[in-house]
Amino acid sequence: MINKIVQTMADAMAGVPDGGIVLLGGFGHVGTPNALIDGLIEQGATDLTIVSNNAGAGREGLARLMALGRVRKIICSYPRSKGSVVFEELYKAGKLELEICPQGTMAERMRAAGAGIPAFFTPTAAGTLLAQGKEQREIDGRIYVLEKALRGAVALVEAWEADRWGNLTYRQAGRNFNPVVASAADLTIVQAQHIRALGDIDPEHVVTPGVYVDRVLHLPYGDPTIEGK
Amino acid sequence: MMNAPAVIPLTRPQMAARVAADIPEGWCVNLGIGIPTMVADHVADREVIFQSENGVIGVGPAPAREEIQPWLINASKAYITLQTGGCYVHHADSFAMIRGGHIDLCVLGGYEVAPNGDLANWATSNNDTAPAVGGAMDLAAGAKRLWVVLEHTTKEGQPKLVETCSYPLTALKAVTRVYTNLAVIDIEPKGFVLREMAPGVTFEALQARTGAKLHLPD
Repeated sequence: MINKIVQTMADAMAGVPDGGIVLLGGFGHVGTPNALIDGLIEQGATDLTIVSNNAGAGREGLARLMALGRVRKIICSYPRSKGSVVFEELYKAGKLELEICPQGTMAERMRAAGAGIPAFFTPTAAGTLLAQGKEQREIDGRIYVLEKALRGAVALVEAWEADRWGNLTYRQAGRNFNPVVASAADLTIVQAQHIRALGDIDPEHVVTPGVYVDRVLHLPYGDPTIEGK
Repeated sequence: MMNAPAVIPLTRPQMAARVAADIPEGWCVNLGIGIPTMVADHVADREVIFQSENGVIGVGPAPAREEIQPWLINASKAYITLQTGGCYVHHADSFAMIRGGHIDLCVLGGYEVAPNGDLANWATSNNDTAPAVGGAMDLAAGAKRLWVVLEHTTKEGQPKLVETCSYPLTALKAVTRVYTNLAVIDIEPKGFVLREMAPGVTFEALQARTGAKLHLPD
């Protein structure tokens, strides 16, 4: 019987390697796998490269992982946002390496990794600072930038529903990067708000097929906090 | 000079309304942060589909405080509603849609625009080592049309429409039209082409506030 559902955080996080690339789902405070990030903090992996659209906010989740000195490098599109205080401190102190990546390029680099495409040409950033050091090529009269696929050792995913095969659905804008990171890692770990019996998720509604998923932990984490309330 | 008519620059909501007036029914439009976001409030009863790059197709008006759905935000991380008929996609699909030319129009803010269509809107210095680019480069490179809405000059009176951008570029030769508080200007092969001026603005006064040659329409 296939059963990807694990019972404890320790089981979910077993084997996350030091020095690995960790892909995070989430955009802003929605769809972010904060409980799994807390689990990663407990598990102890360090010297990590984090791929995340934002560089954390406040003192929880990714910000806490960074504050504990466990992150060597962050790849993101939007490091500075409201409350990104931990990023600012570490970056100013030279304790964090930063790679800025346009948001769509970041998504496509992971999609490519999950789809077996080692690199691709994109019009995004052609001729700009973010193309420096990269091959640029004219194709049919337009300049494109060569971008390489971005694969993770681990992906941390926040899902709405999951079953024991690892089939997933998401909630509204909580979908964001989650299906993309799920496809692009050697080990894909999911925190799910709801566990459904196999067959209870309408096959037409599955967004991430279980093929991409290794472990599911049931964490009825609740709605994201409404900011400003 | 005593008889010169008073210049009445457009307010920020008026600039947003002016942009909105040029958006026809049926377009799929992505709005950037700032004045561009306000454009959605002015399309009236025309059916326009607003795309938010975090995977929301069909962004509706902001909800009342008590009707906030905590999972439903836009690219600015502000709470939104979903239009009837709207749907969700993941980030790779959202940007495939953007890069693939399926978005009729993107409206962005800007620091500088040049007559060749170059846009600078993401970093104010080559020395800023942690600027936030977000989706701006993808949108500028991918949308069918790129309109930029910005004040005509800085607070210090320096032109934002310049011969050559001094700030790091977001995209090269991408902007097709500019809306400022003083004018509407198209970008054509010959450069800035004036389409419209705010009340009381003269061509000479506008040229004096513009860092590159303004052409009159043919």
